Amino acid sequence: MVAATTSSTISVTLRVWRQAGPKALGQFKDYAAKDLNSNMSFLEMLDVVNDELTLKGEEPIAFAHDCREGICGTCSLTINGKPHGPGKGIATCQTYMRSFHDGDIIVVEPFRAAAFPLIKDLVVDRTSFDKIMQAGGFITARAGSAPEANAAPVPKGDSDLAMDAAQCIGCGACVAACKNASAMLFVSAKVGHLGLLPQGQAERDRRVLAMVHTMDEEGFGNCTNQYECSAACPKTISHDFIARMNRDYLGATLRSAFKPEAASSGGGA
Amino acid sequence: MNLVGSLFGSSIGRKIVMAVTGVILIGFVVGHLVGNLQIFQHPDHLNGYAQFLHQLGPLLWVARIGLIVAVVLHIWAATVLTLENKKARGSDYGFKHTIQATLASRAMRWTGFVVLAFLIYHLAHFTLGLVQTETFKETAPLNHYSMTKDYRVAGFTVVTAGADVANVYNMVVLGFQNKVVSLFYIISVGLLSLHLLHGFDSLFQSLGLRNAKWSALLHKAALVLCLVYFLGNLAIPGAVLAGKLQPHAAKVAPAVQR
Amino acid sequence: MATLDSKIPSGPLADKWRKHKVDSKLVNPANKRKYEVIVVGAGLAGSSAASSLADMGYKVKCFVFHDSPRRAHSIAAQGGINAAKNYQNDGDSVYRLFYDTIKGGDYRAREANVHRLAEVSANIIDQCVAQGVPFAREYGGLLANRSFGGAQVSRTFYARGQTGQQLLLGAYSALSRTVGQGLVELHTNSEMLDLVVVNGHAKGVIIRDLITGAITRHTADAVILATGGYGNVFNLSTYARQSNATAIWRAYKRGACMANPCYTQIHPTCIPVSGDYQSKLTLMSESLRNDGRIWAPKKKEDAKKDPTTIPEADRDYFLERIYPSFGNLCPRDVASRAAKRMCDEGRGAGETGLGVYLDFSDAIKRLGENGVRERYGNLFDIYHEITAESAYKQPMRIYPAVHYTMGGLWVDYNLMSNVPGLFVLGEANFSDHGANRLGASALMQGLADGYFVIPYTVGDYLAGQKPGSRPAADSTEFKAAEENVSAMSKRFLTTKGKQTVGQFHKRLGKIMWDHCGMARTKEGLEAALQKLPALREEFHATVNVPGSGDTLNQSLEQAGRVADFIELGELMCRDALTREESCGGHFREEHQFADGECKRDDEKFGHVAAWEFQGVGKTPVRNVEALNYEFVKMSVRNYK
Repeated sequence: MVAATTSSTISVTLRVWRQAGPKALGQFKDYAAKDLNSNMSFLEMLDVVNDELTLKGEEPIAFAHDCREGICGTCSLTINGKPHGPGKGIATCQTYMRSFHDGDIIVVEPFRAAAFPLIKDLVVDRTSFDKIMQAGGFITARAGSAPEANAAPVPKGDSDLAMDAAQCIGCGACVAACKNASAMLFVSAKVGHLGLLPQGQAERDRRVLAMVHTMDEEGFGNCTNQYECSAACPKTISHDFIARMNRDYLGATLRSAFKPEAASSGGGA
Repeated sequence: MNLVGSLFGSSIGRKIVMAVTGVILIGFVVGHLVGNLQIFQHPDHLNGYAQFLHQLGPLLWVARIGLIVAVVLHIWAATVLTLENKKARGSDYGFKHTIQATLASRAMRWTGFVVLAFLIYHLAHFTLGLVQTETFKETAPLNHYSMTKDYRVAGFTVVTAGADVANVYNMVVLGFQNKVVSLFYIISVGLLSLHLLHGFDSLFQSLGLRNAKWSALLHKAALVLCLVYFLGNLAIPGAVLAGKLQPHAAKVAPAVQR
Repeated sequence: MATLDSKIPSGPLADKWRKHKVDSKLVNPANKRKYEVIVVGAGLAGSSAASSLADMGYKVKCFVFHDSPRRAHSIAAQGGINAAKNYQNDGDSVYRLFYDTIKGGDYRAREANVHRLAEVSANIIDQCVAQGVPFAREYGGLLANRSFGGAQVSRTFYARGQTGQQLLLGAYSALSRTVGQGLVELHTNSEMLDLVVVNGHAKGVIIRDLITGAITRHTADAVILATGGYGNVFNLSTYARQSNATAIWRAYKRGACMANPCYTQIHPTCIPVSGDYQSKLTLMSESLRNDGRIWAPKKKEDAKKDPTTIPEADRDYFLERIYPSFGNLCPRDVASRAAKRMCDEGRGAGETGLGVYLDFSDAIKRLGENGVRERYGNLFDIYHEITAESAYKQPMRIYPAVHYTMGGLWVDYNLMSNVPGLFVLGEANFSDHGANRLGASALMQGLADGYFVIPYTVGDYLAGQKPGSRPAADSTEFKAAEENVSAMSKRFLTTKGKQTVGQFHKRLGKIMWDHCGMARTKEGLEAALQKLPALREEFHATVNVPGSGDTLNQSLEQAGRVADFIELGELMCRDALTREESCGGHFREEHQFADGECKRDDEKFGHVAAWEFQGVGKTPVRNVEALNYEFVKMSVRNYK
């Protein structure tokens, strides 16, 4: 067993997308990153490059990051054409330099999609995801009105499956990886999570119709069932949830077309 | 949103349209092939079958219109979705990379175009008789056939022995004796098979009927279907080119007997 | 001198909160929409507060510096959330949860606050389940529990190793709903850079839009800060890179007192630092200590050797040796300090010498590799990802790291600071964890504050404010605050010195870790109090912040935060120096028992130290709030 406590040193060339602002013209620019400890994370490598740029009087490369442990969903780099880099089931921040070789040219781009407009360099605006959530990604439950937690048992299988979907970190890698910039995996993960639970049933139809509607409005593309999304997902969320959402959507559409509605929804309070 | 709006105005709705029309078209191409494979039987079979379809009259038109609508909607959905997808992608990556998408799924648009071109030629060739007309002429002696036996469908006699029918059998054999036509046909059904490979798998996803528990089985089924479909389609021009199928000139009934 | 009235209701402990709710003033439903409340931060506490207040009818504006509320660092909590549900029928109760938390906090928390926390803990679980949080369940469909450190009952609810994520996404969904309904005005990429105090009351904030650089004024009838902890003072910590103290620090500079800033929690099982480029430390769950054995080489010369070649006789299982009864499961602070001592003796593992081994070879012999994989597979995977080492083949290397800060802005029972109208929730306040926080209690506090405390206490304050009495945004105070912020940005951008913000942050972190870390001494703290003002001056004279102020400028954002950290670090050292005792996360080497345990001085330090700002570079005033233990007897914390 060779311990990685002994690190090696590599040098790479970064080909980084630089763009001063949303309207500015972007282009690739090369930077030499020399003598890097292979145990460095990719983002730490960018920190080092940025410190050098700053001291040279150049503007550092803007990139989004925060928790650096793969859970907040902020980091969003496309490395050599793959969102979050070469690893499977990890976020950009969990990519380490030991995944690369000495002398490599590494192409670093933002998550590209029309619904993720570029802010600067490698930083994009993912507000569209929040808008989809605001349209229906919730179960309405005011504080104070919740029933006793164990009042409604949830089959363990359903709960575990809901958790599989609920793990989504909202990073947008699914959109970035999809040739159509489709947000189906993101939306279906939330629709699947809440739709699998008994407490999510009351708003189930409303939720899927509203979230899909907003998804379309925000300018995401359509699913062509290639499953690049789940392959790029740092939480390896299955595209089975997309199938589940399609079924839910079809059901909700038919129900909303044929189910009678009350003459009045007001009154009471 | 109303039903029409939800189905035709939303992304998932259009995918459902794509899938449902896909089901119809898969049903058609498979049925079409099964019918055509009767060519390996006595000419009574294929010719009787063709005559039977013609005798359906209005029903045939219902089916034809249904198929035309399915094709139009399939193409409409594909076009709209493609345009939206182009717009949604915005700028493209400098470094292009595919993680695991299959060739069949990535070639859908191109296989679709070739299939469409093939469809147009195929209709012009066998249905409308606009190309290779020499093999179809009403007066051509090879173009008439007198049934030697009854043709039965589900136990009912639909075409009786001695009936004078169009000689579809010869039309097919003569058509495929043209090597260019055969080659185009073989390439086209090859690409159609590839189109079906992704389409068959995909329609289950779009209709929400697929999950990891049986997706491997589904994928294998799609593979078998497409392979059988391709081989079945390959067999007809293949047999003609190999000389295994010949025009049945000898059994032509005299035109005057009509 | 600030007046620190804790406003603890009178009466028996178990009745205080009920009584207080009855005694609190209410705002008429029709009047609620006339009040505007600003919530800064949207982690567990901020999101839950914003959505709850909006549901009640208040106009709420919520500001987050992240690009989405879902990025807040509550998301990274792994283990679970405590609640006194007693679903296991194992003798849990509100009182027991209260008692465990008080004892865990080494008798430095307020009894009344902690009891309220324990009371509402059960409601939190109900609320989260109703929102769709997929907690772990048993086959019968009911909720599962696990046990956690510092408790003898099983009361921790969890969602795999991502409990914080699921709770935050639950709170985020509630916030999203209220935003979608138009009840909350959400401002993302918006950092609070100043608090505006008018006539002694908090009446607004100054916000910088991180994308456009625009600086704007926002007025309100009350301001709620829920901006998290300040552990990034140490540069390296398990905190998110962007976690910062700027909101609370700027509030401190506007008169809010900072309480017990020296109380920091150091978690013993983190992955060690691998080099000076490092930006972040990753936690390995405490649960690993159930089956792993911690050791260091006996001989210094073995320190750099491959650990698998070191014979059993040359290994020092130091926790088992020093604490025979508790062994590897001794409390966090004790384990952390013991590991540090081994490394100080030169017996630390790895290239840096800062690490000890957490060895699973015995567990693998006992349970088999698959048995270990079943229990800890995901953690071993994380470890492998980061270090490229397989913990199945060789022992893990671990080292303590900064994990949580118990100190924060001083608040009364209503969670209101000494500046009226300024409320502080979650990790940003000081109130519930005393000198040490128990596992699975941070999530509980954040949600308790937001869902079940602030809806009552904000109303009590607002009922005393005339509707529509908010000052105008062009009043002198707002203008002055905005100018203050603009001037600060301008100063950073024009200094154009020779060192980057990151370099200063590293230097600050080293000073703090060396002198105000796991073990503190008078000499060390005094040395730090020499170094930090010098660092502050050097920072302002020689920092290099490239770019401009009117676009996304991450260096500029970070400059403001590090400037605040340097000042806060100084206050932490001052607090640690003044607190001549050891308690919980604050360990003064001068004050310990022979066995290395904390030696408290309840007589002299059984109080909260709340520091009051007097100006940069000036010694702040140390105010004191006595901790009156009416119901529990302060005693030596003993887990043996």
